Amino acid sequence: MSKVLISDSTLRDGNHAVRHQLNRYDIASYAKAAEEAGIGVLEVGHGNGLGANSMQVGLAKESDTTVLETARGQLSNTLLGVHVIPGFATKERDIQNAIDIGVDVFRIASHVTEADITQRHISYVRERGKKVFGVLMMSHMADVEALVEEALKMEYYGAQGVVIMDSAGAYMPSDVTERVTALRSSLEGVVGFHGHNNLSLAVANSLEAIKCGASMIDGCAKGFGAGAGNTQLEPLIALCERLGYETDVDLYKMLDASDVAKEFIDEIPTISPASIISGLSGVFSGFLKRVEVVSKEFNVDPRDVFLRLGELKVVAGQEDMIVKVAIELSNKGA
Amino acid sequence: MKNKIKVGIIGSGNIGTDLLMKIQRSNILECAIFVGRNLNSKGMKVANKAGIRISDKSIQFFIDEPDAADIVFDATTAEFHKKHAPIFADLGIKVVDMTPSKIGDMCVPAINLEKCANSYNVNMVTCGGQASIPIAYTIAQTYPSVKYIEVVSVIASKSAGPGTRDNLDEYIENTESGLKALTGCEHVKAIINLNPADPSIDMQTSIFAKIENCDLSLLDQPIKDMVEVIQKYVPGYKVAIEPVYENSRLMIMIRVKGLGDYLPSYAGNLDIINCAAISVAEAMAVNILRGRSDHV
Repeated sequence: MSKVLISDSTLRDGNHAVRHQLNRYDIASYAKAAEEAGIGVLEVGHGNGLGANSMQVGLAKESDTTVLETARGQLSNTLLGVHVIPGFATKERDIQNAIDIGVDVFRIASHVTEADITQRHISYVRERGKKVFGVLMMSHMADVEALVEEALKMEYYGAQGVVIMDSAGAYMPSDVTERVTALRSSLEGVVGFHGHNNLSLAVANSLEAIKCGASMIDGCAKGFGAGAGNTQLEPLIALCERLGYETDVDLYKMLDASDVAKEFIDEIPTISPASIISGLSGVFSGFLKRVEVVSKEFNVDPRDVFLRLGELKVVAGQEDMIVKVAIELSNKGA
Repeated sequence: MKNKIKVGIIGSGNIGTDLLMKIQRSNILECAIFVGRNLNSKGMKVANKAGIRISDKSIQFFIDEPDAADIVFDATTAEFHKKHAPIFADLGIKVVDMTPSKIGDMCVPAINLEKCANSYNVNMVTCGGQASIPIAYTIAQTYPSVKYIEVVSVIASKSAGPGTRDNLDEYIENTESGLKALTGCEHVKAIINLNPADPSIDMQTSIFAKIENCDLSLLDQPIKDMVEVIQKYVPGYKVAIEPVYENSRLMIMIRVKGLGDYLPSYAGNLDIINCAAISVAEAMAVNILRGRSDHV
């Protein structure tokens, strides 16, 4: 029976859905529920990870330190994880602080073609004896060969596995088959998959990834995440049980955790018109909230904003381009 | 001007080679020596072809020939510059440090050119620092009560060589120290993002500031004036988005198009830090020449 490690990003990717406003009480209550459910890794923090609390990608309700200390206090078997993007987070300021607080798992991320910016951060974590994975974001923007090459670099730097993110929710199951199969045959370590639900395929894509050899799957309670949301954990866990994939997660308790999450989810992610266009144009799901606000302010159609951002091939972290595109569109319309 | 001041370049990567091409246009600087570690590197070949003297002896060259240059551009790495700085100081050679070593005086010509022209070691902060700090400084001058300043640079993947990619933390730390030192604002943040879009994007830098009750009209003229000063040494510098104010957040976006000397024009990041370095080196050279004529 294949074993699948569930990495729950409700308290990290979910933060995108509430513009990084999760508070310490939300974090404590959900972390407790995740621990009870037997979740493998619980990722917490700002949607863009350590050190990302900023005007560019959103000012958070709580500091990284508060968030991590709060979650740490609730977890014993479940590992505490963080997302780290070099360019936002630094080793000495952010990673060391997280190590001191007791973070177990570091997932060092870059845009899919830029793995070499993760080298020093991956080795820093590895040298300090913590678990470290590489994460390739916006993985649909590279072809399979380039994807494998970037993943191999991360493994060479010391990553114990590589997670590919479908950050825009752009994959079809056949895309997942092709990529995960290629990674599985090239990497020594774990292959992971992180789905988004823009085209209603997150759960199906995650199951496809497991079938092709992925053994670390990301998901969120109620699909709480950026854009149209992430892979919803409740059906994923249920389907893993049915298909005989061992996750160590107790389904009933996962469903209880889902009820806990309901308390702080203002709006359960849905596949909104703008999310569909975001998925089709391959634009980072995390842009959704900002696109909605800015489009309203400049009186432009958020769908047009996503289409234009897709043409410009913007990457995660380039939130300032939303304003630029909205201004251009509104000038054109005037 | 007949007299030119002899300068050297140590480090034969993108920065060093682009500096060499810019120096060749200078009326007052003359590249006397181009130093690296490998005579077969791309930069060395460019220098050799241009008829510039080259050496692969790294810092040892200057120890052996301390009179070869009055000013040296250090385009190696922060790590190396830490070793080079005391050596150049002993030799009495002025240094324009292109690395994020945080050793010399933080130099942004649009703000503190005169002071830096008299320094022995100036640090050019970072490309993002050169693009953002003058605007941040203008904001802080107009609104001294500014609580927080954040600067975000996006550069084309192709313009970021291995040195840049390996030193993102140093980039962040140096940009933040430069911001603090030159604006006086204690709470600052720097972010950098590489964008692989093809065709490559021009360098873009956004400056955010947290200000209560900001009146944009007060910033209009000071920013125009500052941009004009910068354009004198960085011709491709321009405001891409005029100041926008929403939810106590001020934002301005800058675009820097390079001169296309060594790397294509999308590499505005390379261009702006090099143009700034040339500008301070020229000011240093003027002082050196003035000192000499005073002694005659």
